[in-house]
Amino acid sequence: MQIQPILAALRKHRLATLLIVLEIALACAVLCNACFLIANRLGMMQLVSGVDESSLAFIRLTGYDDKITADLNARVLAGLRAIPGMQSVSVINTVPFAQQRGASGITTDAAGQHFGGVVDFYTGAPGSIEELGLRVVAGQRPQADDYRSFSNFLPTDARVLVTQSLAEHLWPGADPLGREFWMDKYHFRVMGVLAHLAVARPGGRGANSADWSVFVPVQAGSSLGGSYLLRADPANLPRVLREAHAVVTKVAPDTVLDRDESRTVSALRHTWFQRDRTMTGMLLGVIVALLLVTALGIVGLASFWVQQRRRQIGIRRAIGATRADILRYFQTENFLIVSGGIALGMALAFGLNLLLMTHYELPRLPLYYLPIGALALWALGQLAVLGPALRAAAVPPVVATRSV
Amino acid sequence: MGRGNALDGKSHPLLPPGKQGEEKTNGVFDMFAYYLDLALRSLKRNKVLTALMVLAIGLGIGASMTMITVLHVMTDDPLPGRSARLFTPHLDPLPLNSKQEGDGPDPIDNFTWPDAMALLNAHRAKRQAAMAGGSLLVRPTQAGLRPFDVDGRYATADFFALFGVPFEHGQGWSAADDAARARVVVLSDTLDRKLFGNADGIGQTVRLGDNDYRVIGVAADWGPKPMFYADASAQHYSDADQFFLPLSVAVDQKLQINGNESSWVKVADPSVMTSDGMSWLQFWVQLDSPAQVNAYHQFLVDYSAQQKALGRFERPSANAKLYSLMGWLAHENLVPNDVRLQLWLALGFLFVCMTNIVALLLAKFLRRSGEISVRRALGARRRDIFLQLGIEAAVIGVAGGVLGLLIAQFGLWSVRRRPDDYAELAQMDMPMLLGTFALAIVASVLAGLLPAWRACRVAPALQLKTL
Repeated sequence: MQIQPILAALRKHRLATLLIVLEIALACAVLCNACFLIANRLGMMQLVSGVDESSLAFIRLTGYDDKITADLNARVLAGLRAIPGMQSVSVINTVPFAQQRGASGITTDAAGQHFGGVVDFYTGAPGSIEELGLRVVAGQRPQADDYRSFSNFLPTDARVLVTQSLAEHLWPGADPLGREFWMDKYHFRVMGVLAHLAVARPGGRGANSADWSVFVPVQAGSSLGGSYLLRADPANLPRVLREAHAVVTKVAPDTVLDRDESRTVSALRHTWFQRDRTMTGMLLGVIVALLLVTALGIVGLASFWVQQRRRQIGIRRAIGATRADILRYFQTENFLIVSGGIALGMALAFGLNLLLMTHYELPRLPLYYLPIGALALWALGQLAVLGPALRAAAVPPVVATRSV
Repeated sequence: MGRGNALDGKSHPLLPPGKQGEEKTNGVFDMFAYYLDLALRSLKRNKVLTALMVLAIGLGIGASMTMITVLHVMTDDPLPGRSARLFTPHLDPLPLNSKQEGDGPDPIDNFTWPDAMALLNAHRAKRQAAMAGGSLLVRPTQAGLRPFDVDGRYATADFFALFGVPFEHGQGWSAADDAARARVVVLSDTLDRKLFGNADGIGQTVRLGDNDYRVIGVAADWGPKPMFYADASAQHYSDADQFFLPLSVAVDQKLQINGNESSWVKVADPSVMTSDGMSWLQFWVQLDSPAQVNAYHQFLVDYSAQQKALGRFERPSANAKLYSLMGWLAHENLVPNDVRLQLWLALGFLFVCMTNIVALLLAKFLRRSGEISVRRALGARRRDIFLQLGIEAAVIGVAGGVLGLLIAQFGLWSVRRRPDDYAELAQMDMPMLLGTFALAIVASVLAGLLPAWRACRVAPALQLKTL
């Protein structure tokens, strides 16, 4: 197939060609970046929380006097443990996807000079680490005497477990076991490393720190209470949670049950990622609409050109061109136009990505998005032009002989 | 035949019946109606293509108007008529060596207790009030009601007059009540009804947290959206104050504060609300004239200079600022990044749709070169052709606007189902409704400009020869 005559024909329609090239370029730029945004959101939504989400539920009570914490814990724990099907109950400050309750900046030196980032502190009473289903990959699980009693926020000196990702951030490449870190006057020593434990609001402080958590074993005493971790068989969990709601209103009538938070961990997760799901849906909608409109533009323009060139097509057919030649002519023409659009679109895609990087903390667009985007647009162009091109190929040679 | 299907034997009126081009001065309306007729005929001739163009502009307009409406309701004036006279001062009491860690809240967005009290007692503005958000547990005495949490505001006496809070019953408290730390409360209509049914609760006692308060007023449900006077951590589009308590009582009783409490000195007890090293209050003033605004700004600078001389402030006194209400909202930047990104996506999409329509109209108009040439040869001027084609583009715009309106309503419906706090507000008002049509017509006429210009520059002689 000769490209020269196609280019000569396109030169006759410079403006229309330029516009369709521009449209494809814009589509290419938006397509690549929108797909990248979707991939980022999906990646976030697939976050591994490190806990047995499907078996866990959370109960949170408010509105009681701090002085009665120990008594309240005793009443509620006894009440909850009596629910049939309940596997275990323990006191914990919060769970992943519930409200953030222990986020704080830490330093890797006692003087507070080397800032180590903001992390989530989970304070859990005995039994909670097993109940969560946390996997310890190095070091050891807390022993009975590791559960310290405390009076304000955290124990002043504690042996704790950190996540792999936090350990790698604080002490890159080094063995984290036995390392120390500080938060103001509180001192911590790493006794074990957890595979995963997501922060309560993953992504809220950036995607990198979504797993920067510290598990502090504590005795609930009178300083930790009102929030409880429930474990039951996933099949029983909804019923157990319903009964738990009823039980706490009975055994602790002077408190307020926080219904937004007192749900299964899976439900909390679903709510937390709702916004990302909405955004993904919106981006998918934009991609579909954009591809649709681009395809419509190609169909519309190609149809016009076919109609306009009926006589020329007839003449070509009359002097020996086959149907396949005509078909290939329009397909090649479309390929050239789309290629031009893609070339311009790649530059635009990178420009758009730079803009997004400065305003929306998005990483750099990986290069492999470009060939994928190009293939998608080439395929779209060929599909869109197929109809008009087949109609062109069907033009009978006799057209050439009619009314000149 | 290829180019001239306007002349191919079917009855396509090329001229208005009994009318010539030059007579249009006494028949502008006729001419317009005639062009409209031509446009409809031309659009009907290729239904599929017309539908494609209407669909493209409808999708683009629908998506754009959805996001423009969302942005419009989010950045709308929360207190029309009053907002121009409301200002919020801004001091910088931070030590020189303090620096912002990460993207946490800016400590100097809020006031410390000593600064707020100094400004309040200076009485340099017509009205001034210090305030902070709070959350308290209501313990109803009525049978059948369990304790529940409510959000409200601790404020000084001028709060109600400053913001023009309407009252259903009773009134706010006085500066004397502030000084006396009077245990009084103003309830919202919603909370009042919940606690006292239809009888108004004036004079009754409500137990909030650990104290009893006497109800002295019931405010009509009054929720400026966004809640401009709340601090950065609030849900500005969904929160509404259910109670109002004197600020002095809140400080006296160490009531719980909702909002950022940023401290830059090592205080032994973090619950010291009156510390000059912790910011947690919001402060608003009413200033009626530009002269008052300038005078107040000067007062803030002088106050900062005085505090600097006393050794309390370390930073330049020129850091003191005075924000207007809308200026403050812009500074707070309440619109989430996701919404901005979606708006840009929608506008980008509209742009792609318009490019598409330009290309299609160009092809369509140029195909009618023959028809246009005949009209030109019969005396129509370029501007007549331009007008005729422009009207055709506008007809597509009107149809696209109707479709866009439907799509925008669907888009807004889906926005309302989002879990975000602004979701409830996503409703289209009259200006937005008209704006949809305006945008649709402007977009399609703009898209039609270039093709129409190209088409009316067709050389008639050359075209007529080939007919």
